[in-house]
Amino acid sequence: MSTQDKVIAIIAEQAVLEPSDVTLESTLEDLGIDSLGLVESIFAIEEEFDISIPFNANEPSESDFDISNVAAIIAGIDKLIAEKA
Amino acid sequence: MKRVVITGAGTINSLGHSVPDTFEAMREGRCGIGELEFRDVERLAIRIGGQVRGFEAEGRFNRQQMSLYDRFTQFTLTAAKEAIEQSGIVFSGEVAAKSGVVLGTAGGGVSTWDDNYRAVYEEGKNRVHPFVVPKLMNNAAASHVSMEFNLKGPSFTVSTACASSNHAMAQAFQMVRSGMAPAMITGGSESMLCFGGVKAWEGLRVMSKDACRPFSANRNGMVQGEGAGIFVFEEYEHAKARGADILCEVIGFAMSSDAADIVMPSKQGAARAMAGALSDARINPDEVGYINAHGTGTAANDKTECAAVADVFGPHADNLMISSTKSMHGHLIGGTGAVELLACIMALREGVIAPTISYEEPDPECALDVVPNEAREAKVNVALTNAFAFGGLNAVLALRQV
Repeated sequence: MSTQDKVIAIIAEQAVLEPSDVTLESTLEDLGIDSLGLVESIFAIEEEFDISIPFNANEPSESDFDISNVAAIIAGIDKLIAEKA
Repeated sequence: MKRVVITGAGTINSLGHSVPDTFEAMREGRCGIGELEFRDVERLAIRIGGQVRGFEAEGRFNRQQMSLYDRFTQFTLTAAKEAIEQSGIVFSGEVAAKSGVVLGTAGGGVSTWDDNYRAVYEEGKNRVHPFVVPKLMNNAAASHVSMEFNLKGPSFTVSTACASSNHAMAQAFQMVRSGMAPAMITGGSESMLCFGGVKAWEGLRVMSKDACRPFSANRNGMVQGEGAGIFVFEEYEHAKARGADILCEVIGFAMSSDAADIVMPSKQGAARAMAGALSDARINPDEVGYINAHGTGTAANDKTECAAVADVFGPHADNLMISSTKSMHGHLIGGTGAVELLACIMALREGVIAPTISYEEPDPECALDVVPNEAREAKVNVALTNAFAFGGLNAVLALRQV
């Protein structure tokens, strides 16, 4: 499974949707993922890729991790994986 | 002052997953204590307990709920559902705005602490699930009950070790009696049967390796249990107006502190709590037919409790019945008073006194009618339920047949 497929699977599970219902353009709001759901998704992504995501739930927009849509989240993860390697 | 009645009861414990199942087990004098089953149990010296069997979170709760509900919350919600459904009370409008939830627990989400400490210390993980805090906090169960059943009034959790549930129920009783709330959900729960939870108790060296035998001369300690007991305490006129089935009336309570020792019980502290409950309920000692004892099965508690009963009741101590149902369901620590209140309801409503099982040898220091080994039919009008906690914090409730 590619990074994209893994991330979409995690987000879909959190949103209680099928992966096919999650597109790269989907926002977390579109998918009905609230702040607790977001924190849980980030935890699941960190576990899956063994990375540490710089995200503070107090100020999501100030974090150095773009969560504006699924594509942005995947791009951020790709960058973190590259930095780790 | 308002009269306060109980209109709903729910439980899950090692004797049964409902109140009818628990009553049946108590009538039959069944023992819910057995071999413990969980990870690393082989590293414990104490391997018995009153564990809830056949309870699976899957199917009862969805994925999101399971990530937020520790086992003690799962027990609480299961028992609360039974109690509120039986009561038939609906929390909406003004009733919802004023009614709340007061629950007891000593440890809260002990297995959540245990699992996550294991992950970070033993397995060296550096990341825990984001819901560890909302899952383990002692008020998690009370909060989820308030959310699930729309209770918007005063809600909180009381933690006084083995007296937590009695202190919680005393508080809920006061709130309804004073007119502050038309109804309160109250009781308590505990789920400490995991490696760390039992290991901690093992350290104190007061645990039995084979059975809980309260009042028996050969008793050798306490046995832990787990589960929940939840009740609907409701103002009498409110209950009557909606035609509710009234299980019994709560007529008084008292709390006392030994102000003496962090673990050793005090006869005076226990006696003051019992005498205080009688006085608050405005009843004479000779009206009490049954006492649900704290009866832990330790050398110290049982003789101290019997001496306190003799002091408070005088010659009537020989006429009343006193039993410890911990012999059957184990000691539920912060949830124990709630499950034991069921034995009082059974005595008042069904005229059946739950026995003290595993009783083998009379102890001259516990020379009361402890209803040994077999349940007994008897008419009881007033019952007391005792809880005497570590830290010397005591709470006793008085109940009457309606």
